Amino acid sequence: MNIHEYQAKQLFADFGVAVPKGYPAQTAAEFDAALANFPEGTVVVKSQIHAGGRGKGTFTNGYKGGVKVVKSKAEAKEAATAMLGNVLVTKQTGPEGRKVQTVYFNEASDIKKEYYLAILLDRGTSRPVIVASTEGGMDIETVAENTPDKIVKVRVDPAIGLQDYQKRQLAFALGFKGDLMKQFGKLITGLYNLFWEKDCSMVEVNPLITTPDDKLIALDAKVGFDDNALYRHPDIVALRDLNEEDSKEIEASKFGLSYIALDGNIACLVNGAGLAMSTMDIIKHFGGNPANFLDVGGGASKDAVAGAFKIILSDKNVKGIFVNIFGGIMDCDVIAQGIVAAVKETGLTLPLVVRLEGNNVENGKKTLATSGLTIVSGDSMADAAQKIVKLVG
Amino acid sequence: MSILVNENTKILVQGITGDFGGRHAKLSLDYGTQLVAGVTPGKGGQVFEHNGKQVPIFNTVAEAAKATGATVSVIFVPPPFAADAIVECADAGLDLAVAITEGIPIKDMIRVKRAIAGGKTRLVGPNCPGIVTPGAGEKSNGGCRIGIAPGYIHRKGHVGVVSRSGTLTYEAVYQLTTRGLGQSTSVGIGGDPVNGTSHLDVIKLFNEDPDTYGIILIGEIGGSAEVEAARWIKENCKKPVAGFIAGATAPAGRRMGHAGAVIGGKDDTAEAKIAIFRECGIEVAETPSDMADALIRSAKAKGVALD
Repeated sequence: MNIHEYQAKQLFADFGVAVPKGYPAQTAAEFDAALANFPEGTVVVKSQIHAGGRGKGTFTNGYKGGVKVVKSKAEAKEAATAMLGNVLVTKQTGPEGRKVQTVYFNEASDIKKEYYLAILLDRGTSRPVIVASTEGGMDIETVAENTPDKIVKVRVDPAIGLQDYQKRQLAFALGFKGDLMKQFGKLITGLYNLFWEKDCSMVEVNPLITTPDDKLIALDAKVGFDDNALYRHPDIVALRDLNEEDSKEIEASKFGLSYIALDGNIACLVNGAGLAMSTMDIIKHFGGNPANFLDVGGGASKDAVAGAFKIILSDKNVKGIFVNIFGGIMDCDVIAQGIVAAVKETGLTLPLVVRLEGNNVENGKKTLATSGLTIVSGDSMADAAQKIVKLVG
Repeated sequence: MSILVNENTKILVQGITGDFGGRHAKLSLDYGTQLVAGVTPGKGGQVFEHNGKQVPIFNTVAEAAKATGATVSVIFVPPPFAADAIVECADAGLDLAVAITEGIPIKDMIRVKRAIAGGKTRLVGPNCPGIVTPGAGEKSNGGCRIGIAPGYIHRKGHVGVVSRSGTLTYEAVYQLTTRGLGQSTSVGIGGDPVNGTSHLDVIKLFNEDPDTYGIILIGEIGGSAEVEAARWIKENCKKPVAGFIAGATAPAGRRMGHAGAVIGGKDDTAEAKIAIFRECGIEVAETPSDMADALIRSAKAKGVALD
């Protein structure tokens, strides 16, 4: 689960991490009250959406820039008015963009130097890793590729937590001395505690800055959480913004299905995550385009299949459906009955190719064949994929 | 021969009185697996019955292991309690804990992995289908079925299968069986980013097993475990190996069902992993329908018989 920058900065502040003074506004009526917290002068106005690349984004109403540094409160109000309720398109949102539902006013900070700091899981060692670089404000992947020596990594032993010598290692690598080193120690302690205590999947500060008067400030904040741990953090769940999520994905999660919308036209309905990914791949391999990832679960119950049909049919780009079930334990005939029921209930007219394999598959195929519906049967994944690609054309 | 478990291995089930655990305990009993004990705290002394077989239930893993000689546990307990269940296996000195549970918090797994490191207990999973060493009976009956895989699709033989994904493992096993090729052992290591046993760990075991003649290595986007295994294979493994990576069409930054299946950087992509497979002499399956055939091609090229 992801949260907005203003929520992440509030969490930073809760954990003793210095952030610029900032106030969010969800309606135009709140602009004046929010701006009253700042002295007259420069203000930063930031669109709050979960996607990156906001600064270089463009609104569908023609307004340029999802993040603006303006000279006065009047200009801040003008910028916020142009942003709020409008759709911002960035390189990460896709062409449909995201509607800005919150504007965040921040005090402006003078920047002496920018740094990069992040905490995430190091899969190789199964430990949290702190990644730091003197090359802040840039894409860290690019830094890693071009100047790998400018990235420092410190792995934390979960049995004893972040140690003082590790904080010093990081501070020296970033060139902090004296009071800045002290400030950094406090900041990294706060960020690590946040990462660990709130079950974060990632905490990223890009950029972390020093000001001309040597204050260390987290100028941006990005925090993601481990979905598996949300059950023990009701305070974090309360920060979830459903407006940032695909409505079909929300609906799917109610059925216990894992669904991700893509931009193709062949819908897939599969049991198991690995098989679901491979089904998308094999469609592409034979020249088609998958409309979604959909895992109805390794077990694949009749109800899950029925729910899944409704969700994939709500995607208007879908021109055909590929059902790929390996019924290991589940009875294929039960799955077949679920498919027939779903097709009848939804009045499906699109081409449907079904590949069933596994337990009681003969009766499953018979159920499909005698249903009176036009369901095409595939013998293998490859055979079925080629059939649906051909039918969709 | 086989790896990790064989037809004589005695297993216990943590969470046998739950719906999920109970259902699969019955299927393992039907398969002929030596399922000798159940563990559910507070239900010690009760008996789990199925088709005339009686499985005693204990309050703790230590008691169950001592009373029955079980050396392997399969864990079906819900995510909030699963980490505790795994560590209990290590404390009881079991050889192997297989965690089927999906949805364990990553932090719990980071702590568990640290806690059991260096000990004698190996962890497979979590979020995995388990392990099957097929038996010699009809539809591979009489083998050791640990977890949730369909036993009947297997056939006793000499191909090792290792995968993160359940249904893709079944797909590979089924392709092998329908081509007359049996399996030594099939291991699902699970789809989580922090797991107990890696692709490489399993590949090393298959490499040392004289009864495994060829290997199918199935991976997916995210992390670098497949790459690590591939590089080791290039240097150390002379057996034919076929590989498949799922997720070539997955968008970056999205978790594709499995918690670990996410593209963070370019090394996480299917394209990058497939390129390294090729570089390391692994025969790449072009589609998931091609996994068994890819292994047959590799075996042919190396002049190795798989049956």
